[in-house]
Amino acid sequence: MVNKVYNNRAWLLVLPMLALVAFSAIIPLMTVVNYSVQDVFDANTRFFTGIEWFERTLNDAGLQAALLRQFAFSFTVLAIQVPLGIGIALLMPKRGWQASAVLILITLPLLIPWNVVGSIWQIFTRGDIGLMGVGLRELGYGYNITRNPVDAWATIVLMDVWHWTPLIALLCYSGLRSIPEAYYQAARIDRASKWAVFRYIQLPKLTNVLVIGVLLRFMHSFMIYAEPFVLTGGGPGSSTTFLSQSLATMAIGQQDLGPSAAFSLIYFLIILLVCWVFYTAIMNMQKDKAERGGV
Amino acid sequence: MNQRIDTHVEQAGAPQGQSSGQFQRAEASKRGRSRLRPRTLLAIYLVFIMLPIYWLLNMSFQTNSEILGSFSLWPQNFTTANYMGIFTDSSWYMGYVNSIGYVLMNMLISISVALPAAYAFSRFRFIGDKHLFFWLLTNLMAPPAVFLLPYFQLYYSVGLFDTHIAVALAHCLFNIPLAIWILEGFMSSVPKEVDETAYIDGYSFPRFFVKIFIPMIRSGIGVTLFFLFMFSWVELLLARTLTATNAQPIGMIMTRTSTASGIDWGTLAAAGVLTILPGIVVVYFVRNHIAKGFALGRT
Amino acid sequence: MAEIILKSLAHSYSENPSSPQDYAIREMSHTWHQGGAYALLGPSGCGKSTLLNIISGLLNPSEGDVIFDQRIVNDLPPEERNIAQVFQFPVVYDTMTVFDNLAFPLRNIGTPESKVKPRVREIADILDLTAQLTRKAKNLTADEKQKVSMGRGLVRDDVSAILFDEPLTVIDPQLKWKLRRKLKEIHEQFNITMIYVTHDQLEASTFADKIAVMYAGQVVQFGTPTELFEAPAHTFVGYFIGSPGMNFIPVSATSEALMYGDLSIPVGQRLVDAARRCGTDNLKLGIRPEFIEVAVAPGDGDLEVSVKDVQDLGTYRIMSCYLGEELFKVRLNEDQPLPHGLAYLRFPERWLGLYADEYRVEIEHG
Repeated sequence: MVNKVYNNRAWLLVLPMLALVAFSAIIPLMTVVNYSVQDVFDANTRFFTGIEWFERTLNDAGLQAALLRQFAFSFTVLAIQVPLGIGIALLMPKRGWQASAVLILITLPLLIPWNVVGSIWQIFTRGDIGLMGVGLRELGYGYNITRNPVDAWATIVLMDVWHWTPLIALLCYSGLRSIPEAYYQAARIDRASKWAVFRYIQLPKLTNVLVIGVLLRFMHSFMIYAEPFVLTGGGPGSSTTFLSQSLATMAIGQQDLGPSAAFSLIYFLIILLVCWVFYTAIMNMQKDKAERGGV
Repeated sequence: MNQRIDTHVEQAGAPQGQSSGQFQRAEASKRGRSRLRPRTLLAIYLVFIMLPIYWLLNMSFQTNSEILGSFSLWPQNFTTANYMGIFTDSSWYMGYVNSIGYVLMNMLISISVALPAAYAFSRFRFIGDKHLFFWLLTNLMAPPAVFLLPYFQLYYSVGLFDTHIAVALAHCLFNIPLAIWILEGFMSSVPKEVDETAYIDGYSFPRFFVKIFIPMIRSGIGVTLFFLFMFSWVELLLARTLTATNAQPIGMIMTRTSTASGIDWGTLAAAGVLTILPGIVVVYFVRNHIAKGFALGRT
Repeated sequence: MAEIILKSLAHSYSENPSSPQDYAIREMSHTWHQGGAYALLGPSGCGKSTLLNIISGLLNPSEGDVIFDQRIVNDLPPEERNIAQVFQFPVVYDTMTVFDNLAFPLRNIGTPESKVKPRVREIADILDLTAQLTRKAKNLTADEKQKVSMGRGLVRDDVSAILFDEPLTVIDPQLKWKLRRKLKEIHEQFNITMIYVTHDQLEASTFADKIAVMYAGQVVQFGTPTELFEAPAHTFVGYFIGSPGMNFIPVSATSEALMYGDLSIPVGQRLVDAARRCGTDNLKLGIRPEFIEVAVAPGDGDLEVSVKDVQDLGTYRIMSCYLGEELFKVRLNEDQPLPHGLAYLRFPERWLGLYADEYRVEIEHG
C-alpha cells in the first residue's frame, strides 16, 4: 500500500470528474426525490404527499412479488456462476495461442449488447426455429417458454449463466495467473493433493477478485432488464418480470411519476444495502482471520 | 593417455557401461487421464458459449422462407442478402455509426476525467476523500431504470435530447466511477518512489503524468478502456430513452424487424452478428492484457 | 535415504535441439552418495537449477535416467519421489499458521495428528520458530518465511534428499551465516543427503564436503574445496574459484620447451612431453596467483614482467603485471618487497597446470 500524503489540492484533480458525475447523478436523483413526495398532474399542478407513495409501493403485492423474484434470480445465478466461473478459470490453458483463443471466445458474450443477447436466445430457444427449442422437443420434452413459467425461468437463468459466467471466469483466471510457479512446485514437493492446492494456494489468491466479481454480478443481476424483456417480455404472466421491468412499465408506460419515483429510491437503497452488508461482512471476515490464527 | 579427464565420471564413479537393465523402472501410481479430462470439460463449455452465436450466424445467412420453412443445422441456400440489406439502407447502418459514436465519446470523456481523479485517490488524502469514493461507487449500483424519466427531462430541457453527446454523458454515470475504481487499483500498485524520483529529476506534474506515469499503467488503461467500451456498448435502456431519430442506437433500430406481419428473422440475425464484431476487435487488441489486467490490480 | 545417480543425462528446453547450445544440461553422468553434503556451484545460467529440478522431478530430462537406489524414477512425479526442495524465494501458504505450514507435508500423507505435533515442535525448535508457531505465515519477515520453507523440507523424516536452490538469496548477511551453520548441524544430526545450489564459492565451501562445479550445462569438476583450489580440472574452475582467479597463458609445445609466442617458459621435460602427446593446438598453462614466486632482481630462468599496479588488500597485496600481452595477477604477502617497473616471476613446477582443450592434463610429479 502507498502511504498517502494529506493534500487538499488533490480536489483540483477530482473536480472535472465530479462535475460530470454530479450532472449525471445528482440532478436526476434530486428530480426523483422531488417526484417521490409529490403528486404531479401537469407542469403547474402538484401536491405534496409526504411518504404516501413510499407506503403504497411497499405494500404493493405485485412489487413485493417482483422483489422476491429478483432476489431469487440474483442468488440463483450467483450460486451457479461463481463455482462455474472458478472451475472454468482452472481449466483454461495458461499460455500459447490456445490461451489467447480461449480468452477471446470466452470474452465474447460480455461484449454483445444486452438486447442482442435477448435476441440471440430468443432465436436459439424458439420452438419452431431455435436449435435448443427444436432439439428439446425432438428429445420429447414439451419445452415452451411462452406457456411454462419453469421453462421461462430456467431459460433466463441459463441465458444469464451464458452471458455472465465469463466475467467471473476472467477475473479468476487473472487472479490465478498472478500465482508464481514456485507455489505449485512447492506444493508438488509437499505432496499436496489437487484439493489442497486449490484450498490453500489458489482460493486464497482468488478472494479479492471474487469479492469484486460477486459485487459486480449482484449489482448487474439486480438491474437486469433488456435480456428478459426481449426473451420473454416478463411472462408468462409476470413470472419473469423483475424489478427494472416493473419500474420501466410504471414510469414510462403508465406515467405514474410519484409512485415510480418512490419505487426507484427504494430499489436503489436495497442494492446499496445489500452491497454494503456483503462488503462489510467480507472485510470483517478477512480481518478476523488475520487476527485469530492458532494451532 | 586420456587427455580429457571426465572428472565427474572418474571421481564420482558413475555407472558407466552398466546396462539400464539392472535398474528397475519405477512406475507412477496414476497417470494419463489427468491431462485429457480438463480439455474435454473446457471444450464442452466452449461449445456451450459458441452454440447460440453459431445459431445466430446460421440464421443470418438464410432467407426468411428457409428459416421458417425447414429446420437445418447450416444454411442450405447460402445468402448474404440480409447483410446487403443492412449495408445499403442508411437508416440501418447509421445505427452502428451512432452507437460507435457515442461509445467512443464516452470512452474519451470517462478516461480523461478518471485518470487525474484516480491519481488523486491513489496518492493523496483530502477532506471527504472516503465519502466521495463511496458515493462514486454507489453510482455503479444505480439501476438505469431509476434514471429513465429524470434523464429524459434533464436532457430535453438543456436541448441535448437526441444527440450522441447526451448518451455519452448519461453513460458517464456508471463508467466514470468504474474507470476510477479500476485505475485506482492499478495506480496504487505503482510505488510512490516513482513519483518522487521524477520530481527530483525536474519533471513538472503534467509532464511526469503523461511521460512516465501513464506508460507505467498501460495495461491498466487498456483494461479500463475495455470495460468502458463494454458497458457503454451493451447498454440500451438509457441510450434508447435519450434518442429519437438522429442518434438512435443500433439496438433500437433492431426492434424494427418486429412488425405486424411477423419478425424479419434473417435481418435481425444479421444485425445481431454485426453488433458482435466490434467486441471481437476490442478483445483482440487487449487479449494480452486480459490475463494480468482483469484482476484490476487487486490480487 | 538414497544414493542418487544421474546417468547420461541431458536436457533441452527446445523441442528439437540441434546444436550443443540448445542444451541446458549437456550429456553428463554423476553420482550423489547417501548422506553427503554437496554443493552445486556455478554462474547463473549454467544449468544448476535445471539439474535440481530434474532430480526433484519438476522437470523431465530430454535424455538419460535419474536413478534413486537402483530405481529409475524418470516416470515418477515429484510427489512420489520423496524429495524435499527449498526454493530461492520463500514459498509459504499465506492463510495457514506457521504450525500448519510445517505440518502440511505430513498431513498430506495422512500422518496421525499425534505424530505431527511432536515432529513439528522439534523442527520449529531447531529453526528457532517456536515463538512464531501460532502466527499467520503471511505476516512473517522474509527470513522467517524462508525458515518455514526449509522447515517443510526437514519435517519429513522419509525424504531421500533435500535440495536447496540458492535458499539464502533473500536473507540478511549475518543471518545467512547462522542459517548455513544450522543446515550443517541438521545435516550432521539427520544424515540426509543435501544438495545445495549456489553461485557463491564461499557459501559452497562452508556448507559442503564436496562441490560440483557446473559450467555450460556440465559438471566440470567434482571434488573437495581444496581439490578445486589446488588442481582445477577445467580452466573455468580455475577462473571461477579463488579470488583473483587462476592465471592462464596460451602455449605451444616444441621438442624441448613450451613457448609463449617467442618466449620459452621454463618447465620440466615431463610437462613438455605431456603437452606434445595431447595432439591439440589449444594448450594453456595455468597457475594460481598465490603460488607464483616473485623477485625484484632477475635470477636464472625467471620471466621478466612489467608491473601495471599493486592493490593493497590489507593482509596481502595483489600485483597486476604484463607478460607480453598477458595480464598476470600475483599475490604478495605483506612482508614481501614491492617490485617497481619490472618484476621477475618463477612458476613452481608443482603448482603449474597444463590444460588441453580447457581440460587439465594429469601429470605425475616426481
